[in-house]
Amino acid sequence: MKPLLLWSDLLIYLLVFALCLFFLRLRRDPQTREHWRQVFSTRLGMVTMTLILVYVGVALLDSLHFRRALEPVAGSPADEVFYDNKVTSVLDVMLGGMGERFERTYSAPFALDSFEKQDMKDDNGHTYRDFPPLEHAGYHLSQPEQRWADVAAKSGVALLWGVGISLLVIGAQWLLLRRSPYPWSASWVTQAVVICLAVWLVSISRYYHVLGTDLGGADVAYQSIKGIRTGVLLGTLATLIMLPIAVTLGVMAGYFKGWVDDVVQYLYTTLSSIPGILLIAASVLLFQVYIDLNPDFFSVGLEKADARFLALCFILGVTSWSSLCRLIRAETLKISQLGYVQAAHAFGVSHQRILLRHILPNVTHIILITFVLDFSALVLAEAVLSYIGVGIDPNMASWGNMINGARSELSREPVVWWTLTGAFFFMFVLVLAANLFSDLVRDAFDPRSGTGRSVA
Amino acid sequence: MLAYIIRRLFYAIPILIGVNLLTFMLFFVVNSPDDMAVSQLGQKYVTPEAVQAWKRKNGYDLPLFYNAQEPGAAALTDTIFFTKSLKLFAFDFGRSESGRDITTDVSTRMWPSLAVALPTFVVGIWVNICVALMVVMFHATRLDRWAVFVFVGLMSISYLFYIIGGQYLVAKTWKLVPISGFNGEIQPWKFLLLPVLVGVIAGIGAGARWYRTLFLEESSQDYVRTARAKGASEIRILFRHILPNALIPILTGVVVVIPTLFMGGLLIESFFGIPGLGSYMLDAINAQDFAIVRAMVFIGSILYIVGLILTDISYTWADPRLRLD
Repeated sequence: MKPLLLWSDLLIYLLVFALCLFFLRLRRDPQTREHWRQVFSTRLGMVTMTLILVYVGVALLDSLHFRRALEPVAGSPADEVFYDNKVTSVLDVMLGGMGERFERTYSAPFALDSFEKQDMKDDNGHTYRDFPPLEHAGYHLSQPEQRWADVAAKSGVALLWGVGISLLVIGAQWLLLRRSPYPWSASWVTQAVVICLAVWLVSISRYYHVLGTDLGGADVAYQSIKGIRTGVLLGTLATLIMLPIAVTLGVMAGYFKGWVDDVVQYLYTTLSSIPGILLIAASVLLFQVYIDLNPDFFSVGLEKADARFLALCFILGVTSWSSLCRLIRAETLKISQLGYVQAAHAFGVSHQRILLRHILPNVTHIILITFVLDFSALVLAEAVLSYIGVGIDPNMASWGNMINGARSELSREPVVWWTLTGAFFFMFVLVLAANLFSDLVRDAFDPRSGTGRSVA
Repeated sequence: MLAYIIRRLFYAIPILIGVNLLTFMLFFVVNSPDDMAVSQLGQKYVTPEAVQAWKRKNGYDLPLFYNAQEPGAAALTDTIFFTKSLKLFAFDFGRSESGRDITTDVSTRMWPSLAVALPTFVVGIWVNICVALMVVMFHATRLDRWAVFVFVGLMSISYLFYIIGGQYLVAKTWKLVPISGFNGEIQPWKFLLLPVLVGVIAGIGAGARWYRTLFLEESSQDYVRTARAKGASEIRILFRHILPNALIPILTGVVVVIPTLFMGGLLIESFFGIPGLGSYMLDAINAQDFAIVRAMVFIGSILYIVGLILTDISYTWADPRLRLD
């Protein structure tokens, strides 16, 4: 076993670390703490946060990569170890080899036979056409009719396990948090549901393809889970690349005014006047040409996909800062007229100190709201970009690639619906959780949009 | 008014120059014409002669900014920057990499785009405002809270899902309209119905939620309380007081979009096989036809700037207190 550190793995851990630091810092401020208290004192806040953390946790597990050592081939020197070209992650191990059970082509959820007929030979050597049985589904059954009874029995056992594990996990939390003022019970219900589902999925997947298989015969449920890392990482990384640009330029424009303001305004008007999708497409295409011309930079196929993925994040970040920059500029203009900033000026406080101590903390709520809102927008955009052909590398698991690969299959008879369902479902849960959470954050942090609940 | 518009048009020039320079940097400096030739010809057939021939055929064999071999003004005009980038200002888009005239393509393809985008836009705004007004009437009730939840849910669904779902349900299962295609003469509405429907439904979540916030912000103002105190009915308050006052923020968000309707929608057009500018762009991206992408970037930014100017003009119409001078 040889660990392999992709650039994006490193970045995702750095990101999570930086975000934790940021939130710890925010906690020190009593007003901000009050806002967060408001967010988490709702049941919805607890549920959505739990879901988001589950997704992030899966993404983190999927970011610990290594290459398996190959079995030594007879005749080769014993001390030399060769490593598999396929990269495995800790998540793959936890899923119990779900991704290694390939079929020939499409198969429906819980199916025993393949979706397409094939020429086969019977015992006497005659050729006939029929649906060939799957290699990794229902092989333990003696009669195909036992299938649903078997699924029900295995589900029952899995659910019992799930409930047992949930009880352990939740019991431990209950001991710690029973005096907490927050509605933890909502979070615990969510955790129990997620744990039961995960245990059920992993144990059933050893005998059946829960969401069927796709064109290449790969398990769809596995692909959807692998898409989580891509979605989460793209959303956070692109937003975090965009934030420093937008915040620096916006604050400077609003504070210094004059020619600085003119230049920044010119920059963001120019950038936002270019149709966003064309700019992204052009940049990605140009980067693709660069990769094609320099193939020697990358040793494993996944590294190439990883480079393209990082480039995409970078491009999305660099092209999307204009709207946040505009918001921050307007807010800074307003704040820099206020009494305490004027007073700081009168006392001779330096520009740098005013910007850092008086202005920046007062635009933090805008940054926070934008961060969560942009995250969900980017997850959705990934699917669209992959469809256009300028998204994630086709070799990398992502919901966009799954949708792109399956969109023409609805015209088949009978319909191949499971690939789309898997991708859309996993994407929908993440985006919905992020959107609902961002609504709560905005209600808590932005005094003006409080109309939703406070005025009645 | 006229003086204002002319002044704004002059302000647009530096922005267009900026767009032009940026695309030029992206397409010619970051990636040299040689790289483009290699990727267009395909890795296998690359020889220095082939690259040169491709560059000569498409007019990329000139220096970037300054041609020292030509006398006088031709030293500046006989360059890639002049022939490929500056000529865009004269609406001379040149030929695509496959040899077709871009100007003709654009002028024929923008009408199908408009035929889909305009009804989607108008019906979409109407539906969103109606839904938002209805929700605002039931403000702070259980209905309102659920409506917001549903809006957020609708927002969280991928646009691709709406398109694929619509095609599957309406066109394939119910067989009400053709799945895709376009015909300008014979029953064009038949082909337009589904794309417009899908576009409107996909926009309801984000749109109605946005309008609801606008209306609620207005409804917490003093004049609304005054009107209520004087005994005006809720309907009258909604339509005579809130709606006109919310017009300025609505116009800010909406008018900018109008000129860009010509560009069409990338996804809608490619899924429904509509021969508009959206599918034109998509084909260009897939074929890596940078000449078309360059032209479309330029057209798109012009339309956006026109939209900004239109927005300012529309303010004077919505609010007589505003003067542009």
